[in-house]
Amino acid sequence: MQSAPIVEARAIHKHFGHLHVLKGVDLVVAEKELVFLIGPSGSGKSTLLRCLNRLEDPSSGSVTVDGIDMLDARTDINKARQRIGMVFQSFNLYPHMTALGNVALALRKVQGLGRAEAEAKAAAALDRVHLGDRADHYPLQLSGGQQQRVAIARAIALEPRVMLFDEPTSALDPELVGGVLAVMRELREDGMTMVVVSHEMGFAKAAADRVVFMADGAIVETGAPDEIFANPQHERTRGFIRQIERH
Amino acid sequence: MTGWERFTDSFFNARVMAEYLPKIIDGFWLTVVLALCIIAAGLAAGLALALVRAFGIRPLNWLIIFVVDLFRALPPLVIIVLLYFGLPNAGLELSGFVASWLALTLVLMAFSEEIFWAGITSVPKGQWEAARSTGLGFVQTLSYVVLPQALRITIPPLTNRTIAITKGTALASVVAVPDILGAANAGVSFSFNPSPLTLGAIAYLVLFFPVVVLGRWIETRFAWKR
Repeated sequence: MQSAPIVEARAIHKHFGHLHVLKGVDLVVAEKELVFLIGPSGSGKSTLLRCLNRLEDPSSGSVTVDGIDMLDARTDINKARQRIGMVFQSFNLYPHMTALGNVALALRKVQGLGRAEAEAKAAAALDRVHLGDRADHYPLQLSGGQQQRVAIARAIALEPRVMLFDEPTSALDPELVGGVLAVMRELREDGMTMVVVSHEMGFAKAAADRVVFMADGAIVETGAPDEIFANPQHERTRGFIRQIERH
Repeated sequence: MTGWERFTDSFFNARVMAEYLPKIIDGFWLTVVLALCIIAAGLAAGLALALVRAFGIRPLNWLIIFVVDLFRALPPLVIIVLLYFGLPNAGLELSGFVASWLALTLVLMAFSEEIFWAGITSVPKGQWEAARSTGLGFVQTLSYVVLPQALRITIPPLTNRTIAITKGTALASVVAVPDILGAANAGVSFSFNPSPLTLGAIAYLVLFFPVVVLGRWIETRFAWKR
């Protein structure tokens, strides 16, 4: 576990107007590590995640991903983002493209592959999320769980060094959650580095290396899943764990 | 003569219609050309302005909004008259055709810019974020992800507005353009009989009915695949 960190975020502050959303957060993720971010809504966990690929610009602090200084003005952000896959709560598939088209777009336009090569790679990515037979379906023809798996394929097709998941199962009907988590678990087993914002405690217990509990824009407590869930040190963590376990 | 005979003699007078049909047909083609020129230039200019606006350069956007609001507020006829009778004083003489084309193009540009812009802003922020997170740049995201979705949303209001404004080609008759209405009016004046107006109405139907049907077809053609 002691290899060079893939993600190194230091002293991240983020202000939205008068709101101080992140108050000096440090997050270091080692290669092949799966880090779970939990915390009450408004605690800043999604904002932290979005600072890692600069969908949000941190107000101050430093972010390094795979050795690239993400906040340096000279960094080609579009190039850097190919190394950081992101999956969103609301899938955000392009509705005017087939599943294959969704996955192939960045392969063609960002990586500059020809159509045939891009589509072959896209088809392979769809196979990895077990949707090879849905390649020519449009997003509206797929279930929520299938859409989210296409979104995962869209990200992994670019062969990122780290995957960010922003509440990937929150918008799904309960019976569709399993398929998405199964794909995430396979990614983990293939050695993908992952940062996951989610309330899927079962998945966290089974797959996470580390759980980070955030509240009010700061990290309250960090530890192995069984420590955090069975024996939380802070009162805020205990309160939060009690609350989600009741559900 | 009964009332009915007076009516048919006034509006469906075969002799008068036969006499002025060629002029109306000429007017028909002139209207087609004028309408096509307005649609092509107006929509292209409107889309261009909306795309420039998407870059979010403040002073430029204020200018765009001002121009757009100006041409949405002014009645098309006023613009035509200003261009046709006003510009010669500034040393620029436009023909009736060019004045009408320019005026209606500016109006269609203004309205279509607002429609295109509304379409672009209606594409959810998540689409931008998903595309940018895969490394697509701003312009790439705009052209491959946002614009194709925006255009689909804009098709119904755009078709309606385009039809409404191109029907304004009838205003060109005011500045002596022999379009459908111009030719029909001339016919009425020479024959002292309103039947050419009936022909004109039919010509407008023949021209715009297919456009309306085409608009409907485009709407279905570009609906999301379900």
